[in-house]
Amino acid sequence: MARKKRRSMLYIPGNNPAMIQQAGVYGCDAVLLDLEDAVALNQKDAARILVRNMLQTVEFYDTEVCVRVNNMHTPFGLADLEEIVPLQPNNIRFPKTESVQDVKDFMKEVRRIEKEHGIKKPTMTIHVMIETAKGVANVYEIAGADPRIDAITIGGQDLTADMGIVKTPDGVGIDYARKRIVMAGKAHGLDVLDTVFADVNDEEGLREETEYIKKIGFAGKALINPRQVDGVHEVFNPTENEVRKAYRVYSEFIRNKNAGIGVFAIDGKMVDAPVVQRAITVLEYANIDLKEIEESVAS
Amino acid sequence: MTPKFKAQAGTFESSDIMVLIEPVSEEAGRQIDISSTVMLQFEDDIKNTINQVLDDLDIQNVHLIAKDKGALTPTIKARVEAAVKRSLGIQEGTM
Repeated sequence: MARKKRRSMLYIPGNNPAMIQQAGVYGCDAVLLDLEDAVALNQKDAARILVRNMLQTVEFYDTEVCVRVNNMHTPFGLADLEEIVPLQPNNIRFPKTESVQDVKDFMKEVRRIEKEHGIKKPTMTIHVMIETAKGVANVYEIAGADPRIDAITIGGQDLTADMGIVKTPDGVGIDYARKRIVMAGKAHGLDVLDTVFADVNDEEGLREETEYIKKIGFAGKALINPRQVDGVHEVFNPTENEVRKAYRVYSEFIRNKNAGIGVFAIDGKMVDAPVVQRAITVLEYANIDLKEIEESVAS
Repeated sequence: MTPKFKAQAGTFESSDIMVLIEPVSEEAGRQIDISSTVMLQFEDDIKNTINQVLDDLDIQNVHLIAKDKGALTPTIKARVEAAVKRSLGIQEGTM
């Protein structure tokens, strides 16, 4: 099965029924139904009830559905889990994770609720958000704190606030954090997802930032407006040239593998396992079925 | 259960519904007043949905006013539940 793409993850305020009911048609890879920062303090109960009802009814098609709950140190976090965990959305996003203990406390509640609801084979995965200097310092241990974590993400707005700096368009203040989080996530085989780009009118700025975060290893980006989806996809989608090259690399790899040859050359350049792995990633992003290539080589 | 306080949930935005709850005396029964942008076609459906939530929450005596802007069934259910719980003083996990 092709890996799930997470190029674009669109935040949708949890108290906005119009946006939630349309979430499956925005074309993003995932929606983040937000019970945290996008919901006013006096509407937390209404948003939680609305998201619970919508999850049971709305068709999200093949869009991955993630719910961002409130932190467990707030009065809302546990109440969010009690309502959302029984419904097993694709993932739950856990904000402001600062330590392994935070993850353990959170997962203890998740597992208790699953047990109480008779969920024996939970499918929901966890996304941890790193949004404080302490979280950045502990990120490697956090990323490996539980086997159900399958993505790690940086919250740029809160992180800059915690660091006492201004978030600038060049992102220089969070650059170290971005790279540290990428390395920690990669070390544990997780998807690493970038923070939002707040200026929805600056399409060029969004493109530049997306190109940069792609280069340093992020698998995708959080978005705050459906208008940002296409721009981000254009950056993450491979070019025709890249796809052709990857197709050729993978075909040759299969042909040589069938002949018992490990390392080979294409146009005088050595092709080894890392080159093949990069080709596979390109083909997956292009929605090309590897099995079809394998079958066409065999025939 | 009988609502104790005036309460509301929802908004006047498109695809939402504003639900207001007013306490009434015991044994006054249910009074449900609906206005909707899709009244002609969906009044009965909206009323049935509201009654279903009130049944689930065991609310027999209440005056409920709903101003609908084309909300889907899950939105109607959510707003009625939120308004009723607020009127009962059940507001866990909010401020």
